[in-house]
Amino acid sequence: MKEEKDAIREIAEIRSMMERSSKFLSLSGWAGIMAGLFALTGAFIAYKYLHFQSLDPANLSQVIYLAIAVLLLSFFSATYFSMRKAAKRGEKLWNNITRQLLMHMAVPLIAGGLLTLILVSKGFIELAAPFTLMFYGIALYNAGKYTIDEVKFMGLIQIILGLVSAIYVQYGLFFWAIGFGLLHIIYGVYMHFRYEQ
Amino acid sequence: MKEFINGFHKAFESRIRLGIMSALAVNDILDFISLKEYLDVTDGNLATHIKALEKEGFIGVKKSFIGKKPNTTYSMTKAGKKTFEDHLKALEKLIKSQK
Repeated sequence: MKEEKDAIREIAEIRSMMERSSKFLSLSGWAGIMAGLFALTGAFIAYKYLHFQSLDPANLSQVIYLAIAVLLLSFFSATYFSMRKAAKRGEKLWNNITRQLLMHMAVPLIAGGLLTLILVSKGFIELAAPFTLMFYGIALYNAGKYTIDEVKFMGLIQIILGLVSAIYVQYGLFFWAIGFGLLHIIYGVYMHFRYEQ
Repeated sequence: MKEFINGFHKAFESRIRLGIMSALAVNDILDFISLKEYLDVTDGNLATHIKALEKEGFIGVKKSFIGKKPNTTYSMTKAGKKTFEDHLKALEKLIKSQK
């Protein structure tokens, strides 16, 4: 005869299996914190040393290289911290869910990235911040199904930021620093204290 | 032999079988390798439990090929879904009745 504590344990096991088999849980808070720091540093360099303004693009090619460097550094640190977390949980990083998650992120990200590059090459530099924020937000919202719900919420905030920055295009760099810098850090700290203590 | 004891199906007495059903409840289809990874069991052990669930009519098996490699996928049948839900309800009822 089953007892209450057996039933509670069994429900916990069912729940854990459902989560493990359908959600990517290896994303570390540190990945968010590092990505945020890279983005803030990049935005600071663009503003202070390259004198970048959304409507008066000085040193545009250097700013593009800088943005690509920030993107790559964030990607590699996210991969590194995810691998570390997966190893700690005794799970493999590369599985069916990771594949699904990446696919659902990659489509809006690549589409938005290419669109932004085309717009910038045609001189619509002020649209870079709203479009990158917008498509990143859509990518996060889309991927939210395969990971914790907070990612979906962050996607919505990025979409709103993208819309607001489209209204105030002259402050593009500022909004970009909030979305990719500050929000990532807040999210990372939250993740760390909520799930990694 | 009695199949149900207060709503608990005897097929779900095994933690591995319950694990297979839980994973299939949230994934439309899963292959053998994924199931093995989630459950952390040997091939033979997993195959035995899958066969038992298949015999009960709770899961469906589909064999196909990816290139030349055989690929077997599993999904939950309607009967499996119903029994799994009843099992969850029975657990819930048990907890409530003892509160």
